[in-house]
Amino acid sequence: MKGAAGTSTGPGRADGAPHPIRRGLGALWSLRWVAVALGIVGWFVYFPILNNFVVSTTRHDIFTGEVAQIGLDNYRRLIADPVIATALWNNTAYALLSILFQVFGAFWLAAIVEGLRSDRWRSIWRAVYFIPSAISTTVTGLLFYFIYQPGIGILDGLLTELGLEHLSRVWLGESSTAIYAIIAMSQWQGFGYSTLLFSVAIQKIPQELYDAARMDGAGSLRQVWSITMPMTREMTGMMIIVTVTGAFQVFNEVMVMTAGGPNNSSQVLGTWLFEQGFNQNDMGYAAAIGSLIFGVTMLCGVAQLWYTRHRRVLA
Amino acid sequence: MTGGHRFWPSVTKAMLWAFLCAMGLLVIYPLFWMGLGGFKSNSQIFSDPFALPESWSFANYLTAWQATQGYMVSSLLVTLISTLTTVTISAWTAFGLTRTEIPGKPLVVGIVLGGMMLSPTVALVPLVRMLQDYGIYDTHAALILLYTAFRVPFTTFLIRAYMLDLPRDLDEAAMMDGASPGQIFRKVILPLCQPILISCVVLHILFAWNEYLFAMIFTNSPGVQTLPVGLTSMMSKQGTNFAAVFAAMTISALPIVIIFFLTQRYFIRGLTQGIGK
Repeated sequence: MKGAAGTSTGPGRADGAPHPIRRGLGALWSLRWVAVALGIVGWFVYFPILNNFVVSTTRHDIFTGEVAQIGLDNYRRLIADPVIATALWNNTAYALLSILFQVFGAFWLAAIVEGLRSDRWRSIWRAVYFIPSAISTTVTGLLFYFIYQPGIGILDGLLTELGLEHLSRVWLGESSTAIYAIIAMSQWQGFGYSTLLFSVAIQKIPQELYDAARMDGAGSLRQVWSITMPMTREMTGMMIIVTVTGAFQVFNEVMVMTAGGPNNSSQVLGTWLFEQGFNQNDMGYAAAIGSLIFGVTMLCGVAQLWYTRHRRVLA
Repeated sequence: MTGGHRFWPSVTKAMLWAFLCAMGLLVIYPLFWMGLGGFKSNSQIFSDPFALPESWSFANYLTAWQATQGYMVSSLLVTLISTLTTVTISAWTAFGLTRTEIPGKPLVVGIVLGGMMLSPTVALVPLVRMLQDYGIYDTHAALILLYTAFRVPFTTFLIRAYMLDLPRDLDEAAMMDGASPGQIFRKVILPLCQPILISCVVLHILFAWNEYLFAMIFTNSPGVQTLPVGLTSMMSKQGTNFAAVFAAMTISALPIVIIFFLTQRYFIRGLTQGIGK
């Protein structure tokens, strides 16, 4: 493409080389295009995140208003805090189960949907499955809060209908099930979103590949296995990274459904940060938890960059 | 004809259809149940979860509508203004990044797009102090500023990708005719970008309407709080009047579902270009 490296910003171009000062001013003036974005993103995204590291080395006394420098003490607490271990495990479980359902499950669902002959039905299913993703987590979280309630909810109602009353329990009220009940809601809400993305990736696969495979006598399952799967590998890799990043930033659904309880059994990093910073007023420690979240999401971000650099995913 | 295998032998086909329908039911039934709950009386909610409402009364919806109206106004205000600011700033920035010479451009691209990787949770603690210092804690302005700041990177990313793919002939021709960069932006590039701009608008509306973390932490008066926060505080205020809560949930979910169905095409384009949640 010609002129790809850039077109001039204007004055002084007509008469060949402009005066250096003029060029300098022109360059400065050309920054106007990005100044607003740099300003607002720098001020409200980068600055607070950098500041978070500073806050994480302090202890703020809420009664005297005194701020003490305590070095890495908050980070030492982080290592010793049993709730951090629970939260890390919960985030990890979140990530693993989401990969299972929202990446691999969604892939197969998309393969099934895209294998349908009727154009109309394909778009109907894609849209239907997507609906929960459009709704706020507050609404879906509250909805499942009710669904899990004994007496009111349809889950226990369903178990009773099936003659499985003995399985029913206070899903969100027991330490052993709370986080999994939340994760289940999250799968319900999110699988349609990834199914849609896989559907689009599958649509981009050239039809000739399938025609050729059919000529060779490959069955449908075989076609999915040896054409659809390898041809959507990039999307799969990308989805895994996005899913893991999302799993370590989870906040809303846990906050709405259990607020981390009972007995901190369903805490995730985000809700524990909130609890420490805004209920216990321990901003320094909350900031240290923030740094931990930053570390994990940064790792995922770097993985994502590396991945897109190495395979051209976003065509 | 676009991809996909289009086959499935007839026996498996029946099974697969049953599976698709079951999944569909799994998605739709809870939402249906939520909508119905709003029509039930509170005692009926406790007696039989599967029953249809005894009498189709709109009383709960009316209560919920009155209780959520204020939050609805806040949500609309914050959503509309932050959509306008985010998409405008992003389009402007994307033009600068693709069509003009900027000193240190790779660095600028890195800084702006790098913002996508940063999690809002990490910024929470320092932001509280900042917003209090600026005197905008608990205002709509705070939410608008934050929604804009945290979404400009992603939105710029989408528009920039689109602009990179646009042929340069038109803007070069316009430049020959003596058009300034500003004119090229407004008269040539922006109209060409219309599809992606609509996608960005739709995606931002979805984000801002549903955002909970910032709204919960940075607002606390009912006149400022948006719907997601309003819902949770209504939940505690209404006590056990669950029917009204069901109605309120339905009312707050409905607009976004309708927008999704109306703008599906743009929605999908934006999502697939970005694969960012």
